[in-house]
Amino acid sequence: MITKIRELFASFMLLELVKGMALTGRYFFARKVTVQFPEERTPISPRFRGLHALRRYPNGEERCIACKLCEAVCPAMAITIESEQREDNTRRTTRYDIDLTKCIFCGFCEESCPVDSIVETRIFDYHGEKRGDLTYTKPMLLAVGDKYEAQIAADRAQDAKYR
Amino acid sequence: MMETLQNLLGPAWPVVWTLVKIIAIVLPLMGGVAYLTLAERKVIGFMQVRIGPNRVGYYGLLQPLADGIKLLMKEIIIPSAANRTLFLLGPVLAIAPALAAWAVVPFDLTLVLADIDAGLLYILAMTSVAVYGVIIAGWASNSKYAFLGSLRSAAQIVSYEIAMGFALVGVLMSANSLNLGKIVLAQSGGILQWYWLPLFPLFIVYFISAVAETNRAPFDVAEGESEIVAGFHVEYSGMAFAVFFLAEYANMFLVAALAALMFLGGWLSPVAFLPDGIWWLIIKVFALLFIFLWFRATFPRYRYDQIMRLGWKVFIPVTLVWILFVGGMMQTRWAYLFH
Repeated sequence: MITKIRELFASFMLLELVKGMALTGRYFFARKVTVQFPEERTPISPRFRGLHALRRYPNGEERCIACKLCEAVCPAMAITIESEQREDNTRRTTRYDIDLTKCIFCGFCEESCPVDSIVETRIFDYHGEKRGDLTYTKPMLLAVGDKYEAQIAADRAQDAKYR
Repeated sequence: MMETLQNLLGPAWPVVWTLVKIIAIVLPLMGGVAYLTLAERKVIGFMQVRIGPNRVGYYGLLQPLADGIKLLMKEIIIPSAANRTLFLLGPVLAIAPALAAWAVVPFDLTLVLADIDAGLLYILAMTSVAVYGVIIAGWASNSKYAFLGSLRSAAQIVSYEIAMGFALVGVLMSANSLNLGKIVLAQSGGILQWYWLPLFPLFIVYFISAVAETNRAPFDVAEGESEIVAGFHVEYSGMAFAVFFLAEYANMFLVAALAALMFLGGWLSPVAFLPDGIWWLIIKVFALLFIFLWFRATFPRYRYDQIMRLGWKVFIPVTLVWILFVGGMMQTRWAYLFH
């Protein structure tokens, strides 16, 4: 009975509402956690799985040997590879397409690659302006690899001891 | 200069002069409404440990302008099954009373458009008309969500109107007048003479009812995004939607101004050594509006039956009891406390 009366009294004094407002009132003055994206960025793990890239050896030779393991392992079937024998009798891809609209960024292609050719980089803010822009072809992937090779190599080196 | 204009315009002068005064009230009000939307986003952002809009202009100060231009450019879609006339009448009926009620609001001792004796009744009538905009918009849209939203809104506004009216009855009992200017003057003599103190329960009831009247969180079941998409204005787009938006915020300004006039001494200064003036009214209105936004950042939406329970079973009895109490006290030697 007494607790009932006390509860009635508390609800009439709007105690809980005032407590709630005190909480939000405190947060009004709290330090803001917003990251101003294009100017500020949060730290990214070296294992981050973003945009794909095809790497080359230091001598400029492309790493990919068209073993098609990535194509086979890809759960989203986003990778399409065609290959042929080059004049020096090595097997190379003639076509290496990744449909980024299908890709689920699981990283299996990177794990399956025996020559560390296909990798996923830290890049996550890319876009396409018309349909098909997000189907990356071999030259595009190689270009990404060439442009960010230093970062890619550094990330692999940092993660190597856990692999 | 005034006299030359007066001679020039002749009999048309009073009309022109009144129009000038109306513009002098409505333009700052609309500016305030525009920036209230920004303030709302900023305040809610701050309370959620975000910083809110800050890209358009310095600290996002041009954001309302950008929003307005965007809404102006957008197409007004009229659903084929809608009642065209009423569909377009809805927003007009929503905003017209919100602006018309400002006619009797005294900003200062002399600064009032229409100094009528039944100002309080006029205000109550005008705020009641506002519900028609919502009902008509919901019905004319011919959409189930809009219809449900307008039904909820109608029931809610009608219920809270009663509690609000009773809360104001207490004020007019204390002030012995329905004239808003006289009500304010009856509170002169510093912060302790304002009616929030003797009529504290009525002040709280009035303020919460005002939140419910304006369909603001936590009483925003008329919109209820999660249940009925956007409620009564779900079919509106472009400027027609913007007018509803303006009406909601203009109503917030109105009820905040009324709360300031009835319970917080309007333009009167809280302490004797500071001069009275319109800036006190502005400060009080903005403080109350901040509490509106604070409510929205704090409380989850009421369930519909809880709203009805609060209105009918709590607020109306509380206001009735306090009116009886005030009336009883006025017959005793402590009557001066309640005047």
